[in-house]
Amino acid sequence: MVTHDGGGAHAHHPPAGFIRKYIFSTDHKVIGIQYFLLALVSVFIGMFLSLLMRLHLAWPGAKLPFISGGIMTPEQYLALMTMHGTIMIFMVLTTAPQSGFGNFFLPIQIGAEDMAFPVINMLSFWTTFLSLMVLLAAFFVTGGAPITGWTAYPPLSAIGEITGPGEGLGQTLWVVGIAIFAGGSLMGALNFITTTIDLRARGMSLMRMPLTVWAWFVTAILGLLAFGVLLAACILLLLDRVAGTSFFIPGGLVVTDKLINHKGGSPLLWQHLFWFFGHPEVYIAIVPGMGVASHVLSTFSRKPVFGYRAMAYALCAIGFLGFCVWGHHMFVSGMSPYSALAFSVLTMSIGVPSAIKTFNWLGTLWGGQIRFTAPMLFAIGFVSLFVTGGLSGLFLAQPSIDLYFHDTYFVVAHFHLIMGVAAIFGIFAATYFWFPKMFGRMMSEPLGKVHFWLTFAGVYLIFMPMHYLGLVGHPRRYADDTGAYFLAPLHNVHLFITVSAIITMTAQLIFLFNFLRSLKWGKKAEMNPWQATTLEWSIPSPPPHDNFAGKLPAIYRGPYEFAVPGAVEDYIPQHLAPEEVARAR
Amino acid sequence: MPGTVVEDIEVTHAGQGGGTGIPGGGDDGDSGGGLPAIPQRAYFTAISMGLGAILMFFMALISSYIVRKGLGGDWQALRLPSILWLNTLVLLASSGTIEFARRHLSAGEPADFRRWWRITTALGGIFLLGQWQAWRQLVAAGVYLASNPSSSFFYVLTAAHGVHLLGGIVALVYVAFRAWPAPSTALGAAAARSRITQSTAAEITSIYWHFMDGLWVFLFLLLQLGR
Repeated sequence: MVTHDGGGAHAHHPPAGFIRKYIFSTDHKVIGIQYFLLALVSVFIGMFLSLLMRLHLAWPGAKLPFISGGIMTPEQYLALMTMHGTIMIFMVLTTAPQSGFGNFFLPIQIGAEDMAFPVINMLSFWTTFLSLMVLLAAFFVTGGAPITGWTAYPPLSAIGEITGPGEGLGQTLWVVGIAIFAGGSLMGALNFITTTIDLRARGMSLMRMPLTVWAWFVTAILGLLAFGVLLAACILLLLDRVAGTSFFIPGGLVVTDKLINHKGGSPLLWQHLFWFFGHPEVYIAIVPGMGVASHVLSTFSRKPVFGYRAMAYALCAIGFLGFCVWGHHMFVSGMSPYSALAFSVLTMSIGVPSAIKTFNWLGTLWGGQIRFTAPMLFAIGFVSLFVTGGLSGLFLAQPSIDLYFHDTYFVVAHFHLIMGVAAIFGIFAATYFWFPKMFGRMMSEPLGKVHFWLTFAGVYLIFMPMHYLGLVGHPRRYADDTGAYFLAPLHNVHLFITVSAIITMTAQLIFLFNFLRSLKWGKKAEMNPWQATTLEWSIPSPPPHDNFAGKLPAIYRGPYEFAVPGAVEDYIPQHLAPEEVARAR
Repeated sequence: MPGTVVEDIEVTHAGQGGGTGIPGGGDDGDSGGGLPAIPQRAYFTAISMGLGAILMFFMALISSYIVRKGLGGDWQALRLPSILWLNTLVLLASSGTIEFARRHLSAGEPADFRRWWRITTALGGIFLLGQWQAWRQLVAAGVYLASNPSSSFFYVLTAAHGVHLLGGIVALVYVAFRAWPAPSTALGAAAARSRITQSTAAEITSIYWHFMDGLWVFLFLLLQLGR
């Protein structure tokens, strides 16, 4: 055993075999990369599904590959839409920002050797992997994938194949897959919370944690409280499907001239349970991106985060309010106008912490010595998309306006901008920023910039016109607009969106190329290529198995000490002792 | 913002992290090597967080129960099998015996600890068998999962609680049968840096067990009074 003087913990050594090292690894860094790769595969699957949908919307009569029968039926369109939403939300937006980057960097940023429970960490990844396999299996069973959307509203999702192809075994696999995913996410959340509370290095007080750690911590609490509710809802839905119970299926239901033999259940009960999970889930997707944006904006503005404490408290406030607003997804469900008013006021109050965050991001940029690197561009893009997507949320938060907008493309535009694309920009910022640390090589900056500008322009060209579609009343989930006379004049908008989408998706291949090429041929990364202050930049790239080589760091200052007057360089890392700083002067 | 630079390391208190519980020194023994260090208090954090998640899971089921019952119409009051009273007494008793066991362990009386710990495990097993018997009585009376929403919820709630209690029994068996190094030895002290100690394991198992006991009493009252 290695002995170190000067305290710290003992070194622990990497396992020797390939399987223990890379497959069933308990190393948080390997698990983080596994989650990241799972999300990377999933995001391209999900993107391909949306490409098929966009092609069909633009050219409804065209024959498409991978579609049985060639020309897409409305049911096939709905199946693609369901799987697109499910894969993107659960397998990309929930895994990459939190379980991927969080796993890799949370222990390092707080000065720990690993997560608190490495074996549970491994189990949570493989549980998530199993859940992805179960979900994807839905494509290959009789009837194909389910058609109920990622929200799986009963009774459509509860009474079996009589309601359409995919509502047989496909929907059952969906429910089981999501229940498994909930289990894996609960294990992950438990690990994140315990690690943050108990494994911080000496001197790493709460108010010295990087804002990324704050964001992962708040997200883990959201996951811990929300996924249990989803699990319970999935169990009840599964029993309605396979065991003949009537939790969610109302009485007297007639589907295609057949009376359904259930009675007394409440489809609204599912909506309450689902959205009690579903709204926090939206924040599970976006909050880690807020942390990354703060971190990256500060690093490349060479300025401390403006209002660090306010940023941390705003994260907590957003997390708390996220549990109080699920009813705003149900304004048209016939709820009492008084309840709707309460949900509406609570929803709009989220604008306060969101505005604090936006103001402080701009305050961080203000007067900074900005370095326009690829991660910085994506972080600025995140702020832009967060504001654009957030503003349409203020419209939808008002019940009287939502009555009109509900189930139109306006909603599609809103949630894609704020939860889909903004979160993806957070993931891109994190990827370009941390790739050198994760893989020991730099990604190409010029390719990153091309990727940014094409994607940034592309997503606005895709989703801005959708607001107009919604304003004129175009319903969402329609597979084909040519059959409805009032939609016919809008067809050119669909064409425009599809062309924009094809260009934007092609731009993602630039990212994929850059990513894969840099893994092998990228320029070797130094320890601290961005002149950043937090702990991950104090260890080699990529970090050794036990992170700090057996000697745990001590923390002397806050995480964003940039532009320090009188300092030799314009930043002071968190782990640098005051004597060392003084000596350097 | 140089105002946040301090000359000394701010010592945060033990319960709040800050890492004061991570032991210093590098002369780790054989059993501690190869694993990252973890303070014992992390296990207590984890069990409280885990119970929070379990509570949310049951709250979702319980609020569904209340909502579904409130819809009226087809709800028929369920006659609960009387064996449930006996099961409740058995589980309450097991909370007492696990407490005896835990106190014997901290008093350094391993033989008494083991005896009471085994009695607790047996009582847990008896409770589960009793719940199974309650199900069989309902089935014999023609009351199945899908018979009525009241019976659906009865089966779902008792099954969910039973599965969680089974997890508790697995933990009890693990604590009883694992070969724990004595904490007074060097081996035991080294293991305590990176692994759960017997006393921590016994304590978090009893916390979990008491929680499952209390949860059952709550569920039983809900099913009894709210039927």
